[in-house]
Amino acid sequence: MAAHAELEAQIDRWRGYVQRNRAISPSDVDELEDHLRGQIADRQATGLDDEEAFLVAIKRMGNLDAVSREFAREHSERLWKQLVLVPDGSDTANAPPWRELAVVLTLGVGAGVAVKAGLAWIDDGSALMRNVGLLVFPFLAAYFAWKRRFTRAVGVALIVPFAALAVVLNVYPFAPGGATAMLAALHAPVILWVLTGLAYVGGRWRSDSRRMDFVRFTGELAIYYTLLALGGAVLIALTLATLRGIGTDFQPVLEGWILPFAVPGALVVATWLVEAKQQVVENMAPVLTRVFTPLTVAMLLVLLAVLATAGGFTGMDRNLLILMDAILVLVLCLLLYSMSARDPLARPGLFDALQLALVIAALALDAAMLTAMLTRIAEFGYSPNKIAALGLNLILLVHLLRAAWLTVGFLRGRLPFAELERWQTRYLPVYGAWATVVVVVFPPVFGFI
Amino acid sequence: MRIDKDLVAASATPLVLGILSDGDLYGYAILKRVSELSGGGMEWTDGMLYPLLHRLERLGYVSSLWGTSEAGRRRKHYTITPAGRNALADRQQQWTVVSDALRQVWQTAQGPAAATEGWA
Repeated sequence: MAAHAELEAQIDRWRGYVQRNRAISPSDVDELEDHLRGQIADRQATGLDDEEAFLVAIKRMGNLDAVSREFAREHSERLWKQLVLVPDGSDTANAPPWRELAVVLTLGVGAGVAVKAGLAWIDDGSALMRNVGLLVFPFLAAYFAWKRRFTRAVGVALIVPFAALAVVLNVYPFAPGGATAMLAALHAPVILWVLTGLAYVGGRWRSDSRRMDFVRFTGELAIYYTLLALGGAVLIALTLATLRGIGTDFQPVLEGWILPFAVPGALVVATWLVEAKQQVVENMAPVLTRVFTPLTVAMLLVLLAVLATAGGFTGMDRNLLILMDAILVLVLCLLLYSMSARDPLARPGLFDALQLALVIAALALDAAMLTAMLTRIAEFGYSPNKIAALGLNLILLVHLLRAAWLTVGFLRGRLPFAELERWQTRYLPVYGAWATVVVVVFPPVFGFI
Repeated sequence: MRIDKDLVAASATPLVLGILSDGDLYGYAILKRVSELSGGGMEWTDGMLYPLLHRLERLGYVSSLWGTSEAGRRRKHYTITPAGRNALADRQQQWTVVSDALRQVWQTAQGPAAATEGWA
């Protein structure tokens, strides 16, 4: 019997090997295995032992590459992996296949209802802006709670900061139209996003690889959400034009009902799509980074050159500084996504050098901005906006400096790539912490102006 | 004797359809039948049978059904469809024409076929 166990192990290994072929579906592997077993049994009947019978059967099965090519020719659609949103009932008998779809749609509608209610009950525009994230977040978190089967501890770890944030945003006596209120509204989503990350990793927030997964998730979510928004916009534009042609004014319905439901609902649906397609579709964000990293390097160099010739950095006004911040955040995203897609074991290559160029260009820009900000602060004094921007730039500076240092080490072959990756994922919570400072500490310090 | 692979490929469809017209079979049994019918002369690469069967299924010549083997494992059985029988009849006519023509060629020009075959 022990000898047969060895044969079973061999068949198992073979199965695993065949399954790696995309063109051969799991049920095809079953079919091939049945064939293999038939062949082995016949060989054993002629007196061969397990090992020999297995070898002959494998040999007769033919070159796996050639066979999988034949499969690919017949099933070319399989090379385009298919998204199975509702799993085949035959494969997974445990859970009703429509349950997840039902949960997602319910949560999507729930998020819509929450936003609609917020629009109806919160009159103050600035208060609504602070609260809109709070209205949508519970539904996103609920999806992950359902999907990841949260423990009580994780649930508490999410609910307590969420409640605290809600209290701070609504109890603080913000001055109407004040800078701190605006800053709080801008930074609250960052905190909520960190909490979403906590929900996404299902409480395993110490794990670097789970954090990287969340980074990947964020990128894919952005892409899916954009695609959904584009599709929705086309649909709405066509409906709007048609109804106008007939003579019906669709605008109030659109603004009052469709957008409040569609915008948050699409976020929940996009989340679900990213989860569902995880294994199926190649990630898009890293593909885009390959295209945009060289272009961004070029853009940064042009910016630096223009700034240098336009008479120094001190004259930059506030809007320009905000734009620059946006550019730096974009650079950081590019950096993170190209890392998330990189094989950690691959040797340093041209693309890594390009990334270093990107980081250095971004560092130069950041340094220029910091000088400009410090000059402005020295000249005009402090303001909440300036300190918030200064803090963000300092955090970015540290992030980029260390990233550049580690990239140099990696390119020289002194450091493993994992070191670089670890730095990125470990540093991410700093942004959440800074956002918390801006939301919680800034308003009282600056007198809620 | 090794049969040229183009010839194997050309004859595979009518062979499989012909074998299935005698009754439902699963993949390995089809292959064994091919081997029996050719006296062991036609040895297919086993793995190639399945893409062929899937193609025939897509064309609607055969239909398939998952069952279980004697050992209790999943096993896919293939059945010929009416469209498959029509295709088989069609192929049969074509092959009759080809083999008639070939037989006449063999009768008039005996010999050189054996010499060139080694190069094929």
